[in-house]
Amino acid sequence: MIELSRVVKTYQAGLATPFTAVDDVSLRIPAGKVTVLKGPSGSGKTTLLTLIGCMARPTSGRIHLHGLPAGTLPQLTEGDALEITSLPERFLTAIRRRTFGFIFQQFNLVRGISVLENVMLPTYPTGEDHAWVEARAIERLGELGLLRHLHASVDRLSGGEAQRVAIARALINEPAVIIADEPTAHLDSRLSEDFMELMGQFKAAGKTLLITSHDPIVHGSPLADVVVEMRDGRIVAGS
Amino acid sequence: MRPSVQRYRNILDFALSSLLRRKGRNLALICVYTLVVFVIASLIFFVQALKREARELLVQAPDMVVQRMVAGRHDPMPVAQAETIRAIRGVEAVQPRLWGYYYDPVYGGNLTVMATDDTALAVESVWVGQGVARSMRVKEGDMISLRGYAGPMLFSIQKVLPEESELVSSDLILMSPQDVRSLFNLSEGLATDLAVQAGNPRELPTIAAKIVEQFPDARPILKSEILRTYEAIFDWRGGLMVVVLSSAILSFIIFAWDKATGLSAEERKEVGILKSIGWESADVLLLKFWEGSVVSLTAFLGGVLLAYVHVFFFSASLFEHALKGWSVLFPRYRLLPALDGYQLAVLFFLTVLPYTAATLVPIWRAATVDPDAAMRS
Ligand SMILES: Nc1ncnc2c1ncn2[C@@H]1O[C@H](COP(=O)(O)OP(=O)(O)O)[C@@H](O)[C@H]1O
Ligand SMILES: [Mg+2]
Repeated sequence: MIELSRVVKTYQAGLATPFTAVDDVSLRIPAGKVTVLKGPSGSGKTTLLTLIGCMARPTSGRIHLHGLPAGTLPQLTEGDALEITSLPERFLTAIRRRTFGFIFQQFNLVRGISVLENVMLPTYPTGEDHAWVEARAIERLGELGLLRHLHASVDRLSGGEAQRVAIARALINEPAVIIADEPTAHLDSRLSEDFMELMGQFKAAGKTLLITSHDPIVHGSPLADVVVEMRDGRIVAGS
Repeated sequence: MRPSVQRYRNILDFALSSLLRRKGRNLALICVYTLVVFVIASLIFFVQALKREARELLVQAPDMVVQRMVAGRHDPMPVAQAETIRAIRGVEAVQPRLWGYYYDPVYGGNLTVMATDDTALAVESVWVGQGVARSMRVKEGDMISLRGYAGPMLFSIQKVLPEESELVSSDLILMSPQDVRSLFNLSEGLATDLAVQAGNPRELPTIAAKIVEQFPDARPILKSEILRTYEAIFDWRGGLMVVVLSSAILSFIIFAWDKATGLSAEERKEVGILKSIGWESADVLLLKFWEGSVVSLTAFLGGVLLAYVHVFFFSASLFEHALKGWSVLFPRYRLLPALDGYQLAVLFFLTVLPYTAATLVPIWRAATVDPDAAMRS
C-alpha cells in the first residue's frame, strides 16, 4: 500500500513564478487493486505519479510505502513502512527499479536499438546475469505477442506494438506496482480495450496498478477499484 | 560473473551498440580526431628520430676538426700542417681527412664521398650507403660510373654499408684516398680537413687557440660547438613544434568542446529515458565514458599508427615542405624507428584527456536532471 499525506509539489519554488501542480493531496493506494487518477489535462496527475514513483520529490508532505519486499534497501526488513521523501537519490533509484514499472505516455523507447534490447535496458546497471535477463525479456515479449519483432528496431513498430514493448520493459524487473500515464491516449478504442484486458491480467497476478486517464474506457472500466478525480492539483472526488 | 563486473560489461556493450547506432557522426568524429593525433604524433616522432640520428652522428665525429679558410671559404689544407699540430702539447692524434660532395644529376642530390684507410677496400671499388644503393638501384657486385675531373670513372660496388643509422651513412660513398684525389682532382699533399684527437677533452680550447696562433687561416671546429649548434637548431625547431603542437591541441579542444556541448536533443532525450527507467546518474556517466573512451582510444591508436608509418616508412613526406630546412642539414634518408614511451604518454594526456573531459562535462549536466523530465517530453 502507498500512503500520501498532505503532499504538495510546487515547481519553480522560490523563483519568480512558482506553480503548485499538486496541492495538499492525501491518498491511500491499496495493494493489489487498480487505482485510476482522472481529471482534465493540467490537473496534476502526471506530477503525482512522478512523486509516487520516486522520480521527483514533493515540496512538502510525506509518502509511505508499505509492504516492500525485504532487501529493497539493505537495512529494510519485511513489513517496514518506508518514508521515501527524505531518501537520497541512490536509494530512490533502487526502490524505483525494484518496486515500480512505468508505462510512459510517450512510451519512451530508445530509438535505433532492437525491441529486445529496449526491454533489457533497465537491468543493465543492476549487473544481473545477461542470459537470465534475456530469457526473461523473451518470455515477457512472448506473452505480449511480440516474438516476431524481437530483433526489429523499435522505430518500425506501430503505436500499439510500441506500447506493448514499453509494457514488457516495465515488467522486466518484476515490479509490485505498475504505473501507467495516460496509456490509451495514443490508442484507438479497440487497442484501448486490449490494454485494459492486459491490466486485468496483471491485477489477477497480484500487481498493484496506478493509472492516470481521462478516457472513459479506463476510468469507467469494471477493473477500476478506486477512481480518484483531480482538478487544479487537488482531489475533488474519490479516495 | 559478479554483478559489479557484469554492470560494467552491460554498459560497455550498450555503449558499443550506441556508437554503431550513430555511425556517420561517430565516424566523422573519429576521423577528425585521428587526424589531429596523426599530425601531432608525426611531429613528435619526426623530431625524436632526428635528434637520435644527430646524436649518433656526433658520437662518431672527432673531438675537433681543423679546416683552412681562404677568403672566408673552406679550402683544402696542406697535409704538412698535420705534423705541426701533432707537436702541440696535449694533442694525441691528427688524421688528415679526404672528403667532398658529389652532385648526382640522376639522383638529383649530393652524395658524400669519403676516403677510408681501410685496406679491405680495393682501389676502383667503393662501399656505398643504403640510401645510395636505393636511389641508384644498385647492389653488391654492380658497377657505378661517376663523373671525375678527368672523365667518367668506373667503380665496382664491393659492399653496401649496414643500416646502423641512416643519416650517418645513407648518402655515403667510401673509396680509397687515391680514388678520391682523382675524382676531385685533389693533389697529393692536400687534405679536406684535419681530425684532431686530444688526450684530455678539456684541453681542446687551449689547443684550438694554439692552432689559430700558428696558422691564422685555420678554423678549428670543436665537437662541443657542433653540439651546441645542433641543439640551437633543435631548440628552435622545438619552439616551432610547441607552437604547432599547442595550436593543434587548442583547436582540438575547441572542436571537442563544441562537439560535446552541442549534445544533441536526441542524446539528451535518451539520457532522460535511461534515467526514467532506473539508471542512476553514475550509470549514464559510465555509459558516456565508455563511448568517449572507445572513440578516443580508436583515434589515438589509429593516429599513432598512421604517424609511425608516415614518419618511418615514408620519411615524413607530408612535412617535406613545412620542414624543408632539415634537408639542408641532412641528405635524403629514411628514419630508423624510435619510440619514446614518455612522448607517447604526453601525447595521450594531451589528446585523450581533454576530449574525455569535454564530453563528460555536458553529459554530467544532462545526467543529473530529475528522471521525471522524461515523463513529459
Ligand atoms: N517542470 C515544470 N515546471 C513548471 N510547471 C510544470 C512542470 N511540469 C508540469 N508543470 C505544470 O504542472 C501542471 C500539472 O501538470 P501535469 O502533472 O502534467 O498534469 P496532467 O498530467 O494532469 O495533465 C500543468 O499546469 C503543468 O504546466
Ligand atoms: Mg499528464
